[in-house]
Amino acid sequence: MLSRVAENIYWLARYVERAENVARLIKVNSQLVLDTPKGITPGWEPLVNITGLDEIFTDNYADASERNVVKFLIEDNNNPSSIVSCLCYARENCRTVREALPRSAWELLNELNMFVQENARNGITKKGREDFLNDVIAGSQQFNGLIGSVLYRDEGYHFARIGRNLERSDMTTRIIDVRSTDLFDDDLIESRTLDALQWISVLKSMSGYQSFRRQVQIRVSRAPVLDYLFTEMLFPRSVLHCLGSVEESVATFVNSKKTLASIRKTAKIISGIKTENIPKSELHESIDEIQLGITHIHQALSESYFL
Amino acid sequence: MAIDLTQYKTDFYDEMLAAANRSRTFAKTIVQQLRSMDEDELSLRQDAADLAIKEMGITFTVYNDEDGGMIDRSWPFDIVPRIIPKSEWDSIEAGLIQRVKALNLFINDLYNDQQIIKDGVFPKEVLKDSKNFRPQCVGVNPPNGVWAHICGSDLVRDSDGVMYVLEDNLRVPSGVSYMLENRLITKRVFPELFESYAPLPVDDYPTQLYEMLAGLQSSNKKRPAIAVLTPGIYNSAYFEHAYLALQMGAELVQGSDLFVDKDDCVYMKTVAGPQRVDVIYRRIDDEFMDPEVFNKESMLGVPGLMRAWKAGNVGLANAPGAGVADDKVVYAFVPEIIRYYLNEEPGIPNVPTYRCMYKDEKEYVLDNLDKLVVKPANESGGYGMLIGPNATKAERATFAGLIKSNPRNYIAQPTLGISTVPTVIGKKVEPRHVDLRPFILSGRKTTVTTGGLTRVALRKGSLVVNSSQGGGSKDTWIVDMEDGD
Repeated sequence: MLSRVAENIYWLARYVERAENVARLIKVNSQLVLDTPKGITPGWEPLVNITGLDEIFTDNYADASERNVVKFLIEDNNNPSSIVSCLCYARENCRTVREALPRSAWELLNELNMFVQENARNGITKKGREDFLNDVIAGSQQFNGLIGSVLYRDEGYHFARIGRNLERSDMTTRIIDVRSTDLFDDDLIESRTLDALQWISVLKSMSGYQSFRRQVQIRVSRAPVLDYLFTEMLFPRSVLHCLGSVEESVATFVNSKKTLASIRKTAKIISGIKTENIPKSELHESIDEIQLGITHIHQALSESYFL
Repeated sequence: MAIDLTQYKTDFYDEMLAAANRSRTFAKTIVQQLRSMDEDELSLRQDAADLAIKEMGITFTVYNDEDGGMIDRSWPFDIVPRIIPKSEWDSIEAGLIQRVKALNLFINDLYNDQQIIKDGVFPKEVLKDSKNFRPQCVGVNPPNGVWAHICGSDLVRDSDGVMYVLEDNLRVPSGVSYMLENRLITKRVFPELFESYAPLPVDDYPTQLYEMLAGLQSSNKKRPAIAVLTPGIYNSAYFEHAYLALQMGAELVQGSDLFVDKDDCVYMKTVAGPQRVDVIYRRIDDEFMDPEVFNKESMLGVPGLMRAWKAGNVGLANAPGAGVADDKVVYAFVPEIIRYYLNEEPGIPNVPTYRCMYKDEKEYVLDNLDKLVVKPANESGGYGMLIGPNATKAERATFAGLIKSNPRNYIAQPTLGISTVPTVIGKKVEPRHVDLRPFILSGRKTTVTTGGLTRVALRKGSLVVNSSQGGGSKDTWIVDMEDGD
């Protein structure tokens, strides 16, 4: 497979996954806002922090109101990670590799892109938001389903799988990073309940609440959720699971030594985190290390296959 | 309200109706079908087709003035097919095969012995001034003597009912993918008509293209590596490049994906390292193909491609330099070229053409600018043309100046009464002008698409069918039915 085509498929998969993750984030925050008692608001700013685009946001908006943040994340063309931007890039990438993917995959992505272009406006209203976000998530899931069930298992398939999982691991760590810091004040009486609420919302944003409950069955609190999100191999959105999928796919390529080494190095950092009573600052440092690891994996892929 | 064809009026030859409300024999069924529909149903079917095109992402790329960028726009398509009886098509097909055979003999002769010039049939000056003659190609003998492997010839029917060749596109003709997609859409929109007409299928083209390209390899591999070389997603025909690559199972490559190594072979950069390329279907103009030989600034091409081709290590379609016959002055000589090489009379006539290089013909053109269409020799896409009867006095004066300063670069033709086909305009059916571009593949054998791409000028009265300038297209049906009024 051409290096350029491989790279485009990789990015295409990342963009689709990113659009889905952004939709999940907004959805769960909307729920969380409704669940929290009057006077305590979890706010919308952390969502901007998660995407790491604070600068673009403050340049374009006066404050982090719900409407502004949701608009920024759903339809702002200035935000390269908005749902509209992601799907537009995904479609453009797909367009450059039309011959390498099944026609149905192109048509699906083309339609999904048309859908978000036409409905983003409705998606930023309170009333239309839930349906819009559900449709974006369903569209992304449908795309992944199609890739999984019809794509010929050549390098193209593996690069799509790598892109999706690397993006997902990246987003999972970002969510942990932001959500484990400053949601509620520890001194509050309701803190314990709210804490649980917060971690439930984190699990829900990754469709992991049900399975967590079934497997772990204890009160939802910080350490077990962190363990689950970092290392639970059976949970397909845990960081370690995602990296495992990346590793499996990279192992099918020639010239994979360097990339595999960087994956294993990052996996080791993740397994080494002791979550019980870990101070926030230490958790933050570990996450920085993981993020750096993910960047290194991307660089190794780039140098080995895309140049 | 039912579709009313009693009001259908055209001053030109209409492909479907011999007179208002009187259909040609082969068009009876479709005309009945149109009449049986009411306006809403007609526009619903057109909407369904437009939506299908949008969803399938059948696009062409245009420059967008608003934001100064390139955007891909949905392909404009009209649901009423254009029908040609097989008996007529058979003679057109034979005429096209004859024409392209002669053109290939001509190109090969120009790059080798130049016998046609020595025999005084083709003037030396025309060759000397030709923008598309490539001295770098002199002495090359491509397989089977074929230079123009893919040719798209534009045909129009004049008021006299005769089909004429308007021009031959021998560089990188496009449109064949739309021909194939149009058929898919019509099948969705008018399934019932397919049963009564059974138009001859068109979908053989990708296979024929693949076989022709595979025949250009220097070795004898069962599965040669074939690549379609595209300038990239901003090219107006990018959709087609991707489409054809997909249909043939070929790689779609950009110049930066390829390189020529010290062994003068072409390789593509893959995730598993360099891989040899045997044949390239290039959709890049000569000038941008190889910065070592042609335009030094080109970022689209592959340095060394000409070396590899001349060494016989890679097949190129069309061969570099084939465009020498894709010149509106050369066009005027095609009837003589056919007689010279094949000793046959042309099966399809040329449009009468005045060559401004000859003094008497130039004077006739200058005296009759208001009646003629003037075309520059080496432009495509309908750019740089003067349509005399529609032009202002100032425009005609500008062209008179252009012709005088560079007569070799201009030809003129009478304004044709180009034929019309019923076309959906809003909720009504109105006549619009059409042309026809069949595609001719030449390798060991020569094949012609069944029909071709019918382009339609959607603006009322317009003769410009190019998609970049308000043109659309129609499905073209070759039907085994009797001809007549």
